[in-house]
Amino acid sequence: MIPAAFDYARPASLDEALTLLARGAGSAKVLAGGQSLLPLMRLRLASPAKLIDIGRIAELRAIRDLGGGATGIGALATYRDVLDSKLATHNHPILAGAIPGIGDVQVRNRGTLGGAIAHADPASDMPAILLALDASIVIRSGSGERVVGIDGFFQGAFATDLAEDEILTEIRLPATPAGAGMAYCSIEQPASGYSMVGVAAVVGRSDGSISSARVAITGVADVAYRATAVEKALIGSDAGSAAIDAAAAHATDGQEVSSDFNANAEYRAAMAVVHTSRAIEAAFAAAG
Amino acid sequence: MTTDVLGASVKRVEDPRFITGKGRYLDDIKLAGMTYMSILRSPYAHANIRSIDTSAAKAMPGVVLVLTGADVPYNPLPMAWPAGGSSGVVNNINMPRVLATDSVKWTGEGVAAVIAETAAQAVDALEAIVVEWEPLPVVVDAEKATEAGAPQLHENAPNNVVFNWTVGDKAGTDAAVDSAEVVVRQRIVNQRLIPNPMEVRGDIGLYNPGTEEYTVWMSSQTPHIQRLLLTAFVTGIPEHKVRCIAPDVGGAFGTKIFCYADMALVMLASRLTGGRPVKWVETRRENYQSTTHGRDHITYLEIAGTRDGEITGLRVKTYANLGGRLSTIGPGVPTTLYARVLSGCYKIPNVYCEVTGVYTNTTFVDAYRGAGRPEATYVIERAMDLFADEIGMDPAEIRRRNFIAPDKFPYDNPSGLGTAVNGEKIYIDSGNYEPAMDMALKTVGYGSLDKAKTDARSRGKYLGLGLSTYIEVCGVAPSKWIGAVGEGWGAAMWESANLKIHLTGKVVLTMGTQPQGQGHETTFSQIIASELGLPMEDIIVQHSDTQGTPFGYGSYGSRTATVGGEAAVKAAGKIREKARHYAAHMLEASVDDIEVEGNEYRVKGSPEKKKTLQEIAFALDLGFSLPEGMEPYLDETVYHDTTNCTWPFGTHIAVVEIDEETGKVDLVRYVAVDDVGKKINPMIVDGQLHGGIAQGVGQALWEGAVYGDDGQLLSGSMLDYAVPRASWFPNFELGETVTPSPVNPLGVKGVGEAGAIASTAAVANAVMDALSPFGIRHIDMPFTAPKVWRAMHDKEARS
Repeated sequence: MIPAAFDYARPASLDEALTLLARGAGSAKVLAGGQSLLPLMRLRLASPAKLIDIGRIAELRAIRDLGGGATGIGALATYRDVLDSKLATHNHPILAGAIPGIGDVQVRNRGTLGGAIAHADPASDMPAILLALDASIVIRSGSGERVVGIDGFFQGAFATDLAEDEILTEIRLPATPAGAGMAYCSIEQPASGYSMVGVAAVVGRSDGSISSARVAITGVADVAYRATAVEKALIGSDAGSAAIDAAAAHATDGQEVSSDFNANAEYRAAMAVVHTSRAIEAAFAAAG
Repeated sequence: MTTDVLGASVKRVEDPRFITGKGRYLDDIKLAGMTYMSILRSPYAHANIRSIDTSAAKAMPGVVLVLTGADVPYNPLPMAWPAGGSSGVVNNINMPRVLATDSVKWTGEGVAAVIAETAAQAVDALEAIVVEWEPLPVVVDAEKATEAGAPQLHENAPNNVVFNWTVGDKAGTDAAVDSAEVVVRQRIVNQRLIPNPMEVRGDIGLYNPGTEEYTVWMSSQTPHIQRLLLTAFVTGIPEHKVRCIAPDVGGAFGTKIFCYADMALVMLASRLTGGRPVKWVETRRENYQSTTHGRDHITYLEIAGTRDGEITGLRVKTYANLGGRLSTIGPGVPTTLYARVLSGCYKIPNVYCEVTGVYTNTTFVDAYRGAGRPEATYVIERAMDLFADEIGMDPAEIRRRNFIAPDKFPYDNPSGLGTAVNGEKIYIDSGNYEPAMDMALKTVGYGSLDKAKTDARSRGKYLGLGLSTYIEVCGVAPSKWIGAVGEGWGAAMWESANLKIHLTGKVVLTMGTQPQGQGHETTFSQIIASELGLPMEDIIVQHSDTQGTPFGYGSYGSRTATVGGEAAVKAAGKIREKARHYAAHMLEASVDDIEVEGNEYRVKGSPEKKKTLQEIAFALDLGFSLPEGMEPYLDETVYHDTTNCTWPFGTHIAVVEIDEETGKVDLVRYVAVDDVGKKINPMIVDGQLHGGIAQGVGQALWEGAVYGDDGQLLSGSMLDYAVPRASWFPNFELGETVTPSPVNPLGVKGVGEAGAIASTAAVANAVMDALSPFGIRHIDMPFTAPKVWRAMHDKEARS
């Protein structure tokens, strides 16, 4: 459990980090909290020639009030930071519900939201939560800054829209739609604690029918995805159990469901439906 | 006066160092000039080795030495316990070599070793070793391995059979089963487990070129036995030239009983490097691949009886997977430690069991907490529930009907423990099973189960309750039985203690036993404090070093208190007796007139004439004035051989709820009433039960070693092997009955394994009870959510 030798740099600023990363040209990896990358290196499943440790760049750790119920979460904000942020958990209560189920205390103290989504583990919880929250991702490189919607960010297992010379700097969460509630429901693989299936739902109601819905699912396919068929079936329907169950039945539409010895595709697909129903019900309950 | 310390829940004297990071484990030891060893392990489950090229590795930075099998002048590891002992059962034995030479039989078998200046350099150099492999066909399932056409692992083991061993009366059992009113048959799997001690294994070898002596530090349960095995069987180095030391050991669960290749490797490597210390500490991944696994039985059971619930016969066939080569006592576990107690606490008149030990391309299997007895308990306790279900009888009632009655002890067990071999028999010496069961039933509220089930249904859950009424065998003994049958280590099973009262009155007890976290330093101090009337803080308990402790067989099989505890009591008795004689000398009285209370030795009728033990020790240890024939010093050694095993028993009850939508099983209540005899420290007993219960529940609900068909260990890390978390358990509701063991004056029976023996079957029976609305009679462990969900849906689809 000893990693292969690597070079290590600890830049003091984002600009310095970007310069080093550009120079690293594909052989360097960015290290944030280290809760995903370091275990892979210890198993020698990853052997980067160089680590650029951005973990102490204070400017990337801030949690900002963007006004009107929107929040900016610095890429290096830890799970613990977010849980401790009244601003973030008040604006987006799904975070308070979901984060205590991620990892363990040590992982939450060191692991960062930015690191989690840049790593893009297909069983990670945060991608589904950010998809449901309709987040935007702020990305910097030597040539400037770009802001992309979360919908196209995850491109496959451990693959994102980030280029090799780019660093994820902030996650922006928009204000919750009026009258909407949100919830995350998952069933964990007991050994790893990762979700076999995790479903995030942000749903709103007006005049007795469902007016908005974003439902996203992790653990089921090789990348977290928006369950758009579920959303479509929900919008305009009443919020009764029958309507929710009918919509949830579409949880894996168009997806190739993953299978491993812990849980086969049949079980994952069934649990996607069950937890989609549960997340939607819980979201309505949370909306009050 | 401190005599009431025995039986008190004294806080553990070891814990301050363990819980503040001041324990000294194997990897904490740093010696000047230390080198580090890393082992190259086979990536194939079955392959021939065509060639190994180490030249590039030898040229790597920091590399001191590279070894392959050809460089090792030692014998293969020893087989200490063949199936059947000396009874003549054929055992087709294949033991691991220190490094494999021609072929590998499982993923993880060691083929080369690098010794380097740093641990990182050793790991880096492993990647530069080039092995030319010839992959061979693989079989991982014990039953399939015996079938025609299966890949063959060893030339001397046709159909991969290690042994065919039987116990019990075949003709009588066949007649009983074949003529019975009711026979229930079931195939059940006791899945393979990875033991997972918190501290992995490791060794340090240090050769002294001046004296040609070796010191080997090892994370071990058995330093004395390892010295014997490594010298007399593996290396040929004389026993007196080797010293084995086990520092603090952070858990073991059986895996650290055995003789491993790495122990010999660090000795060889230290000699070849001119006496530099060589440290090897396995990674967790290596621990999963190349330290012993547990269980892995496929069993066909037939239980026979009458419609009114009298069990008349039990016929069992078991395939025991022993891995690619054998571990030190691998064959002994699924034979004597399993089938000889297969009838449990029941008076089943006819029992017959066949066990086939099998080679497969998997890690070797050996004793794991309970060692054979959990497997036996699982078979009989599932069988009792299956039979009760078949005849429509309450599971508690069928147990009550078939318990061995309290007036039937000593009980001659037909499944074989009492079977005479070379004239020696052992008996179940005591038991009283109904009161323990009644207490457990009362605690759980057995009568109100229907309402609880209805309440659970309203919450989308299926509730189930399961019983496990178990017996346990602790402290395998006596030595004359072991000698007659040739079982166990092939060596005796007595235990030793040395007790010294030093000049200052401080006390050192050295033991041949070897703790792994059980709190021996506390419990033995309690015994000595009670026996000699001394404060616990004046007593230190030492162990774990072949230099300075009397030979002992170590700690496993719940034997330490029952055998070692008695050795300590006897040593204290000898000290007391010598002190009485010396007190008589000091007080100018007759020995017969000296009475002892606590630490005071008084002249009868003249209580003012007295000496304390400390005063006696001071004078006697100086030895200025000695009575005729008395040697100076209060220093006594005892080798104690017990007369029988001990027989704990009890009833465990699990209550589970199963989520109807997900199949997830939650353990919601756990009641355990155990009779472990008298308790030296009730808090430590409770802790042992808690840990054992958690491990047994872990097997039922979450744990399982899974191999792919290619022999790769899919559950190769804690990401895929579910070690239970504390938060998954309810508070355990513990109760007790106390039937003191008649074989030792302490009245203790041993408790290290009881929880793990009982709990797996209790949870399994609870899960089957919960699934009974689906018509499900049996599914195999672990009862993971996907598996239970599938079973519920299969039944729904059919109905």
